[in-house]
Amino acid sequence: MTATPEAGAVIGAPHRTRPRMIGPCLRALLSHWRRNPLQLFAFLAGLALATALWSGVQAINAEARASYDAAAATLGEGQYDQLLPRSGDRIAQARYVALRRAGWLVSPILEGRLNGVRLVGVDPVTAPAGLGGVSIAEEPASAVLGPSGRLFADAETAQRLGDLVDITVDPNVAPGLAVGDIGAVQALLGRGDLSRLILLPEQPLARPALAEIAPELLVQPSSQSADIAQLTDSFHLNLTAFGFLSFCVGLFIVHSALGLAFEQRRGMIRTLRALGTPLRFLVALIAAEMLALAAIGAALGVLLGFLIAAALLPDVAATLRGLYGAQVSGSLQLRAEWWLSGFGLALFGTALALAGRIWRVARMPLLAGGRPRAWVAAHAARLRLQAGAALALLAAAAVLAFLADDVLTGFVLLGCLNLGAALALPPIAERVSRMLQPWRRTPVWRWFWADTRQQLPGLSLALMALLLAVSANVGVATMVSSFRLTFVAFLDQRLAPELFVRVETAQESAALETYLLGRGLEVLPLRRAPAQIAGLPARLMGVRVGPTYRDNWTFVAADADVWDRVEAGSAVLLNEQLARRADLWPGDVVALGEGLSLPIAGVVGDYGNPTGQVVLSHAVFERLHPDRFARQFGVRTASPAALRAEISAALGLPANAMVDQAVVKTASLRVFERTFLVTDALNLLTLGVAGFAILMSLLTLADQRVPQLAPVWALGLTRRQLGGLELLRAVVLALIVYLCALPVGLALGWVLLSVVNVAAFGWQLPIYLFPYDYALLGLYALAAAALAAAWPAWRLARTPLGALLKVFSNER
Amino acid sequence: MNARLLFVLVLWPFAALGQGFSGLGTDADGFATPAPGYAFSFPADHAAHPDFRIEWWYLTANLRGPDGTPYGLQWTLFRTALAPGEEEGWRSPQIWFAHAAVTTPERHFAAERFARGGIGQAGVEATPFRAWIDEWVLEGPDFDHLRMTAQGPDFGYQMALTAQGPLVFHGDAGFSVKSVEGQASYYYSQPFFRIEGTLSLPGGPVEVTGEAWLDREWSSQPLSERQSGWDWFSLSFADGHKLMGFQLRQTDGTRYSAASWIAPDGTLTAFPDGAFRARPLETHRVAGRDVPVAWQVALPDRALDVTVTALNRDAWMGVSIPYWEGPVTVTGSHPGIGYLEMTGYPEE
Amino acid sequence: MLLAFENVKKAYHDGSGAIPVLRGVSFSLDAGQTLALTGDSGSGKSTLLHIAGGLEAADSGHVHVAGQEVTGLDDRGRSDLRRSQIALVFQQFNLIPSLTVAANIGFHAALSGRDDPARIARLVAALGLQDQLHKYPEALSGGQQQRVAIARALAARPKLLLADEPTGNLDETTAADVIEEMLALVAMDGTGLMVVTHSAKVAARMDRGLRLTGGLLE
Repeated sequence: MTATPEAGAVIGAPHRTRPRMIGPCLRALLSHWRRNPLQLFAFLAGLALATALWSGVQAINAEARASYDAAAATLGEGQYDQLLPRSGDRIAQARYVALRRAGWLVSPILEGRLNGVRLVGVDPVTAPAGLGGVSIAEEPASAVLGPSGRLFADAETAQRLGDLVDITVDPNVAPGLAVGDIGAVQALLGRGDLSRLILLPEQPLARPALAEIAPELLVQPSSQSADIAQLTDSFHLNLTAFGFLSFCVGLFIVHSALGLAFEQRRGMIRTLRALGTPLRFLVALIAAEMLALAAIGAALGVLLGFLIAAALLPDVAATLRGLYGAQVSGSLQLRAEWWLSGFGLALFGTALALAGRIWRVARMPLLAGGRPRAWVAAHAARLRLQAGAALALLAAAAVLAFLADDVLTGFVLLGCLNLGAALALPPIAERVSRMLQPWRRTPVWRWFWADTRQQLPGLSLALMALLLAVSANVGVATMVSSFRLTFVAFLDQRLAPELFVRVETAQESAALETYLLGRGLEVLPLRRAPAQIAGLPARLMGVRVGPTYRDNWTFVAADADVWDRVEAGSAVLLNEQLARRADLWPGDVVALGEGLSLPIAGVVGDYGNPTGQVVLSHAVFERLHPDRFARQFGVRTASPAALRAEISAALGLPANAMVDQAVVKTASLRVFERTFLVTDALNLLTLGVAGFAILMSLLTLADQRVPQLAPVWALGLTRRQLGGLELLRAVVLALIVYLCALPVGLALGWVLLSVVNVAAFGWQLPIYLFPYDYALLGLYALAAAALAAAWPAWRLARTPLGALLKVFSNER
Repeated sequence: MNARLLFVLVLWPFAALGQGFSGLGTDADGFATPAPGYAFSFPADHAAHPDFRIEWWYLTANLRGPDGTPYGLQWTLFRTALAPGEEEGWRSPQIWFAHAAVTTPERHFAAERFARGGIGQAGVEATPFRAWIDEWVLEGPDFDHLRMTAQGPDFGYQMALTAQGPLVFHGDAGFSVKSVEGQASYYYSQPFFRIEGTLSLPGGPVEVTGEAWLDREWSSQPLSERQSGWDWFSLSFADGHKLMGFQLRQTDGTRYSAASWIAPDGTLTAFPDGAFRARPLETHRVAGRDVPVAWQVALPDRALDVTVTALNRDAWMGVSIPYWEGPVTVTGSHPGIGYLEMTGYPEE
Repeated sequence: MLLAFENVKKAYHDGSGAIPVLRGVSFSLDAGQTLALTGDSGSGKSTLLHIAGGLEAADSGHVHVAGQEVTGLDDRGRSDLRRSQIALVFQQFNLIPSLTVAANIGFHAALSGRDDPARIARLVAALGLQDQLHKYPEALSGGQQQRVAIARALAARPKLLLADEPTGNLDETTAADVIEEMLALVAMDGTGLMVVTHSAKVAARMDRGLRLTGGLLE
């Protein structure tokens, strides 16, 4: 076709006609919603639910992370290298001055506890970030510096410190923490020394070696300092995985909500085109309308997400506090990162779905062409394409499973697995229904499957969403439950002694050991010292090998006679983190310092601990660190409470120096129950969203259903039977989806535990299977599908006879 | 260091000068204030005066390398007090900070340090003389024989200084008035140092010799609140005379100036407001500011009319309170060399 | 000349190759003339009408509507043409289900900026739709719906009215009434009318008749 430039000009000034068309066209488009408010509700609710799920999870994550960030920023942890004492936890202040005067640019930190509050003193004049995020500039310097300077804390912490000190309430300070001038904290703690020194990133041209000025200090690299962040990340990984998967589910639901809106207005769009509305104008108008609606849905969703997060956050906060001692504020703030991302998801998803729909509208013949055979052929071609893409993605996932060694690749692997599985679903469902159709010879059975196949194209997106939801739930449930089992076993191992006693001085240590041994109890003294193992920071743990160790400790890898060799001082144990980082395994020899090297007899699982550990016998420890006494004792006893009282009476140790392990264990387990509450709540929400997608797809198809069902009705099936079959079909399809989702979910769990976890934290969690949980999830999925199908089925069962008859009267 | 904190610490005294009562022994916060007729006592007055709000030991030097390349050098220790007096440990109200710089024709290196008083990280003692912050020191058996070091991440220096003349006292025998309202400081200098030593620069060590000028000033009220900044010149002429002149720029566009004409034997003649004139000839864009880098400087009473030009126009001190400080060359009626400091040029 | 076809060809493509639908069609229609286009199913009469209405583009040949060459126009040009010069009436009525009868009738006129309440009132009266204005299309009988579609088409004061089997979904009596009403209204404005129909009765009511066989006019 050759375009003639003059032609357009003759038609008149189209630019001025555009604004005139906006009014009538927009009124026509919007009139659809006024006439069908339920569809508007469904569209908005679908978007809102998807956004809510995503932004709810984001909110929880963002809130918890913000709390850590506040803590890390306040303490300069993670960002800076630090100088720590090789032994003990104190540095003389004179040493700080000596270092500065030698050209070492360091800044002092003093930490201590008062009334259960962690006090951190810094020198704002030399600290790299002043008082962290604290708004010190609003206070006169003379009110902050010095022994009577003000401290900064959040409202709750300020209350706990009461009137001990002047406090400026600052919500930016991490919960449970009070920050102030080092002079003020020294005065509060009655100390004149320091805990550690931050090494500033920029150092002068020349300075002497550390050993010449402060041989008792060692440099701890920054990456090793951010303990809290590393630990709690393993919990956040759980949530992030959920967020990631809910994002996928959300995209699907946005897609089907939009598809519904388009499908129902297909006729109107055609008419508008026939009456002379230019395609680009119409497309722009529809895009604007949809994006505006999406923005409304997203706003509702963000609000809903906020409520979800607010309801779940106290549990999450309690979980993190209990699990890792990380302080997370239980209150929620509106943070731009999550409500913006919620909006982004809704608008991005809408735009993505719009692009596809508009592409189709642009190619839609202006008048209903009605070439069903061609369409079926196109569908078959699409199925082949999907199957090909699915195979490619799954193959990529399989390859990545062998290669992935960082978190990012782990998530790419998750993405490939999910998308591949989702794309594989429609071809599989098609194949299954094709195989089942000839299985029985009754006409209803055959019609049922043929009809199911006919419906699959319209339902496939919703079914994919359900697949993703179910597999995400299976995967995350596997991960969380495996984590729990492993951790409980680990607690049993590490908390085997019924009573733990901490001492402060060498005299107390000796007296306690003598006293306990005198009573014939099994005593497990523990000595610790920092060390560099294979160039990595680690901790030496001197233990007295006894039956408790032999009975309770489990190994990731071990040679024979592990404990005998450790006891004899001829071998050591490594924890898994160190073994993986240094790639040292049983049989390898490890240098412990002072010219001492010993072979490794075993590697133990050490969950939730970021630092490397070397376990060795007391005798070996003694050779390396003769000055270190045991600060911690485990005691085996049948009556911890009584023993506690006796020790207190005999040795004058304070009550809080002794911990009854049963109490600790119960607390830890309670924490897991909370984790499960959160996981369960999110499980149900994801399934709810997927159910919504099904509902929406069925509604989309409902209008086309009447002509399809009318002949069957005419052949003698009642409307009630037809409705029942519709419901049954949803459940059968959900069952197919569930059966596909189960292996995908297990693969997901495996990736999370064995790939992502190892990459992120350096330890692998053994995978356990939970058939009961999976069965329950299956029931939930079927219920979600049945619930979603119930309303369309009910509507179908009540289709007016006239509507069914009209199908025939319209036939020419 | 939190730049805002430093701002509060250092600029707060400036804002608190509204009272403007000079002549009284103390101000409202209990700080001592300068008064005319003070009898300086050495070596004690080389050390810190913790009862005053602010004080500095300010050394600049014009140097030459073996190939004749000109260099500039700065070593400055500041003391500022939150309250008068000194106490032990973190209780001390004294805050110290310091700037060091080396200027070459092409580059400018700067570093800064901070310290709390009372814990030994920084301070100034008279006998033997010792001013230090971290590893930076200016020390010697007496004030005429000093050694000096400082370093940053990419430069450093080690210098030896020998005084070739007496101390000189500005204004009214060391009482230097800074505004028509009467704000003043105690101000004396040692402008006759011979200096030699080694600069450590990225290209390697450079042996240098030259002359240095040490300013000592302390006060509790250095600027009037309607003064926005100052331009300060220390010039050494080929005939052996020296000139210290400054003008304080006031918010109404006027200037307050003062100058000291120093004969080769150390005889000092002080000139009152208006005698010393400095007019910008050319500005240069540095760190988002337009800073004058060439000046016409005149002291008509001494038939002085010279052009002062920056050796390196980019001698910007990008420290917590940024300013321009660098070596200059002098041409015109009295050729020579010197140093120029300019503060209070706003960022645009 | 209001509508002119010059050697217009059109083929559809499927997997097996090109299927010719129009194989060189030439004819013309003057203002105020009415024309019936008949032919067997699949003879290409709807395609011809779609090309005349700018809904589809011809493969080759020339089509002029109201002095305007249609063949080279892009979608925007054809949309503008349709909005301002042409009106269409379909077998399936193609009303907007969520708008009232009144809004449907005024729609095309509003789009083309020729909203004329007096004219609409005349059309409504002529077609006997006074009592239906506030109803929604689904509440109307087929004949009434087609009357609404005719009112909508003529309210925009088109030069050319194209009707594709306008009586295809109507019973015989209603069909006859609707055709008479349509012809009367067209005659009043001097609008050109081309009707695609398989009904001999309808065809007989037009000024001229053309029959399409195997993609060619007889």
